[in-house]
Amino acid sequence: MQATRTFDHPEAPPAVKSRSFKRAFADVREAWDHRELWGHLGWQDIKQRYRRSVIGPLWITISMATTALALGLLYSVLFKANVPTFLPYVTVGFIVWNFIVGCVTEGTDVFIANEGLIKHLPAPISVHVMRMVWRQVLFLAHNLVVYLVVLGIFFTALDHPYTITQGGPEHPGLSWTIVFAIPGFVLLAVNAVWVALLFGVISTRFRDIPPVVHSFINLVFFMTPIVWDAGVLQSLAGGDSKWRVLIAELNPVFHFVEIVRAPLLGHAVDWHHWAVVGGFTVFGWLLALVILRNYRARVSYWV
Amino acid sequence: MVSIDVWNASVDFPIFDAKSRSLKKLALGKVGGKIGSEGRVPIIEALHDISLSLKDGDRVGLVGHNGAGKSTLLRLLAGIYEPTRGHSRIVGKVAPVFDLGVGMDPEISGYENIMIRGLFLGMTRKQMESRVDDIAEFTELGDYLQMPLRTYSTGMRVRLALGVVTSINPEILLLDEGIGAVDAAFMAKARDRLKDLVARSGLLVFANHSDEFLAEFCDSAIWMDEGHVKMHGDLREVLTAYKGYDPFERMHQHEETPVLSGNGGE
Repeated sequence: MQATRTFDHPEAPPAVKSRSFKRAFADVREAWDHRELWGHLGWQDIKQRYRRSVIGPLWITISMATTALALGLLYSVLFKANVPTFLPYVTVGFIVWNFIVGCVTEGTDVFIANEGLIKHLPAPISVHVMRMVWRQVLFLAHNLVVYLVVLGIFFTALDHPYTITQGGPEHPGLSWTIVFAIPGFVLLAVNAVWVALLFGVISTRFRDIPPVVHSFINLVFFMTPIVWDAGVLQSLAGGDSKWRVLIAELNPVFHFVEIVRAPLLGHAVDWHHWAVVGGFTVFGWLLALVILRNYRARVSYWV
Repeated sequence: MVSIDVWNASVDFPIFDAKSRSLKKLALGKVGGKIGSEGRVPIIEALHDISLSLKDGDRVGLVGHNGAGKSTLLRLLAGIYEPTRGHSRIVGKVAPVFDLGVGMDPEISGYENIMIRGLFLGMTRKQMESRVDDIAEFTELGDYLQMPLRTYSTGMRVRLALGVVTSINPEILLLDEGIGAVDAAFMAKARDRLKDLVARSGLLVFANHSDEFLAEFCDSAIWMDEGHVKMHGDLREVLTAYKGYDPFERMHQHEETPVLSGNGGE
């Protein structure tokens, strides 16, 4: 009977608070469970971008190939480097850099760009981040074709001990250590998620952050050993000029590039890069979880 | 168990103008003040001290003037906005149908939009693939489903969105107004499916201005006014209070089936 129905207020408030680490973890975990959704959307983004072009996503590969070729040739002349070893170095470095820069710059826009979806469909906010990182992974997969081609052409220059620039350290050459690129890249992608979460939430509240990041990222590119060889710094830094090494070492991006690039080129695997990246993974995720705990529920108000 | 509980919840929107949204203002503005404090940001209080308890089987109509907070309340109930003060707890899979256009990409085909929308509403790819033919048949869009969505008319988009929504199995169904842009023949067809959908879903909250729709789908109602729940109770009573007359009496002159016959007053 309708007449006997009560429309009373609920009795006790809930035990689960909106601001809790439990909810923050739940957001990330639920987003991971939605991987069919962001997996599909990530593919869709790529297909979408090249929808009416004739060769489609091949453009990603072509643009990477021309950039790597041009940069590799130009800087090998400037640094008097050996093209067969320097060109693969620049290519791999630039491929990894492209992934990083994509995740950071698109990470700042990740919630702003998805305003409509955030305001109309209840979903963990991490879904949008994972979709973006997945899209960048797919871009990288397209670019790996360039790596394979370059590797095919210059394999004979890389399969034995070699140096990239004169005076630089000698690298042992390609070997089974190439498999380290896989855990290296997984770590990189895991870090990309917290970076995008952190920058995404802050940028949604403070709209100055995206332009700041966009303008600083170019500086980071030149400070990171991508078109120049970090080994040169080491050879220059004999004796009292240790500070030059710091230019690279204090740059976190260098370590992230190195854990993926070194195995792919047969460079010696230097464990201190892994340690630094491991530290960033732990502290970065802790920071992101704190932000997520405090401001996860605010994102839909701020976008 | 499907339920929505809201305790003394308020929803306040901070309105950042271009200036106060920048870091500089906050960092340099007030020395010694707490950075990040939103004291100087103007706030719109969209919802005020809402307490509700909705349970499995509830069919709630939502009425109120424009700007009364109906859509915001629906978003609060969907979990999109968590209350700025107070608490809310939502148990169950929510399927919101607010803006039929959101989550629709104009550049991709109707088929792909069906897939994406379904995934967003919590379906798996396999489930959607098995429903695509059914949706295609219901929407009568035929070969148009291969075309990019930008070639669709408004009515065709509504058909597509309705097709997807009515093919899922939601536990909590939240419908905002705006399901009106289709022609009468299709509406008759959609009505049956909507009825079916409402029967399948555990909990319904439906914002609408049409007495007929409300009478058909709901048995209780919430009257929103200026961000408050002005009245929550039996549908007929709330509608009578809201409109100032009993809408069911007029309706019965046209329709022979009294939808809510036997409703005793409280």
